[in-house]
Amino acid sequence: MQLYDMPDARGHFGQFGGIFVAETLVEALEELRVMYEKYRHDPEFLAEFAYDLKHFVGRPSPVYFAERWTKRVGGAQIYLKREDLNHTGAHKVNNTIGQALLAKRMGKPRVIAETGAGQHGVATATIAARLGLECVVYMGAEDVKRQAPNVFRMKLLGATVIPVESGSKTLKDALNEAMRDWVTNISNTFYIIGTVAGPHPYPMMVRDFQSVIGIEAKQQMLEMVGRQPDAVVACVGGGSNAMGIFYPYIDVPNVRLIGVEAAGHGLETGMHAAPLTANSPVGVLHGNRTYLMQDSDGNIIETHSISAGLDYPGVGPEHAWLKDIKRAEYVAITDDEAMAAFHNLCRTEGIIPALESSHALAHAEKMARTMRKDEIILVNLSGRGDKDINTVAKLSNITL
Amino acid sequence: MSRIQTVFSALKANNKKALIPYITAGDPHPKHTVNLMHTLASSGADMIELGIPFSDPMADGPVIQRASERALVHKVGLRKVLDMVQEFRQKDTKTPIILMGYANPIEAMGMEKFTQAAKAAGVDGVLTVDYPPEECKDFIAALQVSGMDSIFLLSPTSDAARVDLIVNQASGFLYYVSLKGVTGAANLDIEEVKARVAAIRTKTDLPIGVGFGVKDAATARKVAAIADAVVVGSRVVVAIEQSSEDNLLSNISQLMAELRTAIDA
Repeated sequence: MQLYDMPDARGHFGQFGGIFVAETLVEALEELRVMYEKYRHDPEFLAEFAYDLKHFVGRPSPVYFAERWTKRVGGAQIYLKREDLNHTGAHKVNNTIGQALLAKRMGKPRVIAETGAGQHGVATATIAARLGLECVVYMGAEDVKRQAPNVFRMKLLGATVIPVESGSKTLKDALNEAMRDWVTNISNTFYIIGTVAGPHPYPMMVRDFQSVIGIEAKQQMLEMVGRQPDAVVACVGGGSNAMGIFYPYIDVPNVRLIGVEAAGHGLETGMHAAPLTANSPVGVLHGNRTYLMQDSDGNIIETHSISAGLDYPGVGPEHAWLKDIKRAEYVAITDDEAMAAFHNLCRTEGIIPALESSHALAHAEKMARTMRKDEIILVNLSGRGDKDINTVAKLSNITL
Repeated sequence: MSRIQTVFSALKANNKKALIPYITAGDPHPKHTVNLMHTLASSGADMIELGIPFSDPMADGPVIQRASERALVHKVGLRKVLDMVQEFRQKDTKTPIILMGYANPIEAMGMEKFTQAAKAAGVDGVLTVDYPPEECKDFIAALQVSGMDSIFLLSPTSDAARVDLIVNQASGFLYYVSLKGVTGAANLDIEEVKARVAAIRTKTDLPIGVGFGVKDAATARKVAAIADAVVVGSRVVVAIEQSSEDNLLSNISQLMAELRTAIDA
């Protein structure tokens, strides 16, 4: 029986979440809420979603025992949920397929998305191509420069990429701009948000589409080791891969849920992207109430992380809630620690992880050392690191 | 009677419509804001909408976004905005001031602290763009206790039930957003606005202002014919953006005079 029953009808997770948008967006969100309610348990919709996850994405993604890495770390056994093996290379596609199928049912011929590193943009462009939808992706002008290969991928897939020049020219500004597009083109446009943030029903809907990760993992762990792990570890920017693997475990007793934020240069430097770990104040941004990195005037401050996918000043409202009710724990890993884990996994397991996922790996290493050898950690390896090789090369002073 | 009500009553008695210009506090530089407010009031504005700069103005088009960015360069936060209102009030005790902004700066200050400070500074109404009535019941109550009005947006997509909900929470006046989009977007469809305003009137006695697409004097005139107030934002901010320090006040005064003439015609 599912005991945990969140959010409420207006998307509140306790004091977090909700619908904080201008009046011009209220009806569009209501339309989306009604349609999602209609389809979320509809057998035909779910069958189509499952079909695409299997045949287009390649699910189920395997759970893999990282044996050499476990030995090298010397402690608890570390298992990896291999979301990096999905089509497009990350967990993002699970959600874009769900939302694009909904867009199709709602008769919206045009989809828009925001993207930071470009993974969500690529995943949206991918499903838009497959379904024959027009696709426009908003990306901060700074990110367009830093992530040229993903910009080109989106264009190859037929999407229009619009660089956003306002504000800090990064992910949060891309999200603002996508909202502005949506409010202007409400009648023909579906906004595919890439993480468990935004106004209701997005945090719930994205969680639901991503929960396939945890549902599979629960079954796979039983098959592989006959029990559930002692801890599940996932990185948290907005928090969609973490919610995806956490959600089916919320009601399972004795499974610790640990979200890993980006500590950047270190929490003490202020140059990080870890609102939960750094105890940032509660605020309102992008349609929901959550913990937010902000100055004393309530303006959002710039974040820092080596990984563009974690470089976000807020966090999904359900993570804020899980922190407050102490069902999940949140920690932060620095750029340097993530890089070390990145190299360790490459060399001991033959897997190049995404820099985002490397934060979760780094924390798993730390934890494993303090645990017994019969204990088990499951890490959500949310994406592969091919997209990051330029960043890593640059750090090593290598020009590709 | 609140300042906002007083102004609307007086205008109604003279068969005139309200002109409500918008500026962002601190744009183009904090030292100009109070002078700009006095210039607006002396050159035709009946009330002033004063924007609170915010780092992420999601409902605003590029013009007002840039205004926020210019103000934030000088770290104009909510406390400074309230100081500006207080300074303005030393010489002008009649022109209503409506603060327009986003929820986060208000929450960062704290709701109670904000309502007390805003009232003390001489603010008359508050429009919080990303506070739909369902999410801000405490805030509406706090404003009411302090004697300030809660201004709400109504949009072309608001259905009848929503209009009912909003008119019951609002005070001062209602702000009808004349188009689907952000501030300063494409041209508004005057016939559609007319029909919507008429529909809203069947549900409330509150005055109705129209804004978001009033780009020039001709549009202002058409809007004045069907609404109780004309809100002009991006057009004013563009004029600020295109002015130098020397001609800033004269340009704004000239624009206000044009709009005033059009509305009164």
